[in-house]
Amino acid sequence: MIDTNAYIGGYPFRHIPHPEPAILASVLEREKLDGAWVGHLPSAFYRDPTPGNDELFAALAPHPNLRPAPSIRPDWPGWERALASAIDRGARAVRAYPPQWGLGPDDASMRSLCAACGEAGIALVFTARFEDLRQRHWMDQAGDLSAAAVRAVARGNGRTRIVVCSAGRGTIEEVHWGLTPAERELVFWDISWIWGPPEDELALLLRTIGADRFVYGTAWPLRLAQTPRANLALLPDELKHVRLADPSGW
Amino acid sequence: MVSAAPLAGPTPLIDVHAHFFFEGCGRAEWDALNQARFRAGERIGISIHVASILGSWGRFSPTYFASPTDTTRGNDAMQAIAERNPDRVRWYVAVNPNDTAFALAEIDRRVAAGAIGVKLAAARRADDVLLDPIAERAAEGGLPILHHIWQHRRRHWPGQDASDGADLARLAARHPKASFILAHIGGGGDYRHTFAAVHDVPNVYLDLSGSGVDRGMLDDAYAAVGATRLLWGADITLCTGLAKLWALEVIGLTSEEMADVRWRNAVRVFPQLKWGQGTGNGEPGTVIPHRSHGSQFPVPGSRQ
Repeated sequence: MIDTNAYIGGYPFRHIPHPEPAILASVLEREKLDGAWVGHLPSAFYRDPTPGNDELFAALAPHPNLRPAPSIRPDWPGWERALASAIDRGARAVRAYPPQWGLGPDDASMRSLCAACGEAGIALVFTARFEDLRQRHWMDQAGDLSAAAVRAVARGNGRTRIVVCSAGRGTIEEVHWGLTPAERELVFWDISWIWGPPEDELALLLRTIGADRFVYGTAWPLRLAQTPRANLALLPDELKHVRLADPSGW
Repeated sequence: MVSAAPLAGPTPLIDVHAHFFFEGCGRAEWDALNQARFRAGERIGISIHVASILGSWGRFSPTYFASPTDTTRGNDAMQAIAERNPDRVRWYVAVNPNDTAFALAEIDRRVAAGAIGVKLAAARRADDVLLDPIAERAAEGGLPILHHIWQHRRRHWPGQDASDGADLARLAARHPKASFILAHIGGGGDYRHTFAAVHDVPNVYLDLSGSGVDRGMLDDAYAAVGATRLLWGADITLCTGLAKLWALEVIGLTSEEMADVRWRNAVRVFPQLKWGQGTGNGEPGTVIPHRSHGSQFPVPGSRQ
């Protein structure tokens, strides 16, 4: 199992204790995870994330189980070259941050990126939020990734696996049930921000949407890596042996 | 029946911030929610849920501004749950300080019926003088006050007169003989502001509950007030509560400090908290020492 929702690097709005790749590698080992798709956290806040991608590849080079998931901003001139470079350097997934880049649900460039990822056979990863809305810094005005933005990319998509990290039940259900069965088959959700008991929202979603729509994610280093493990451990008995989708073979 | 070893280990564990629901509270699945809490509690290894019910949970009056009728209704339900589960549930009497005379009478009545603490939500700011008679009554009775807190209140939030750590610190300074549990450092807002605000206020304890699981939050809480002022709790997300217990084990707390956070601090803060032999997650024969009868059971690290 791999962690689809991991980062290195600092966060602009609060201190992060352990943004280093070596610590991430040890956390994965402790959590018995085989690897991670790793993003470069500062890049989400860069206007042009390309320099962050260079830092990401360089920082992760000594850690073969940390797979770079560089950032591609599709409304930026030359984004196709940035994507090609990422693919040439071995990326199996790329990340995009529409709210942080000011791209609304109707922005056509995100659909272009999705299509390009499909042609290249790589996954496209979104992040619904980095922090709880209740604690946002006053300068952090981006807001959460909306369900409408995910639906806009997922509708009509027939090739690209889309992974949405750190979404909650409401967003997940709004997207899932707002897509055709074929479109749904290409959308995956990490479990890092779905509540367990007593509300048991993860259990509900596993029953209604299916375990194969979900992937493992921790949101490290922003959040405790133990959270998804705890959530799985607290599933009701009939769900104890569910298997999430495993992107390591994608 | 739960046969597997507790996910959080075999030693006692007290959840100082739990909630239950009841028929008529507006949640159709109220019983399923209660059973889910008990089921998860057994899996985690929670010995005692110290719980409250906030009025009708918004059905007849607002959750954070409960009417006297709803306050009574919620406390009735909470008392009944505790009486049906004497091996695993203790409870707070929840009151709205705006109805001061009623609140004081309700505290007295419910303490006589077994309540071991007072729950204040967000019907009045924590430093308001209207809370003084309640804090005095709590100090006299050895009743800790669990106070709902927004971590760094920078603006008005709908549905509540939220207080933050600085507000509670002012109340606690006026009532040094009372113990205050600052609710859910993971419950929203900037917890680092809270840690700074209560650093020098020894009768404020931090409850670790809440859905927030920021990396660094536990480290900073521990650094700010030390293990003897941290209380474990889950509030309405037991999954994050379990994750925090696992995380505490890897951020450097000693086994003695873990015991403090898991249960010993709670025993100190709740003088009337005790549970019987072999119940909950205590070791067989465990009688938990407590402050009012604690001389024969010295508690390592006790503030006394």
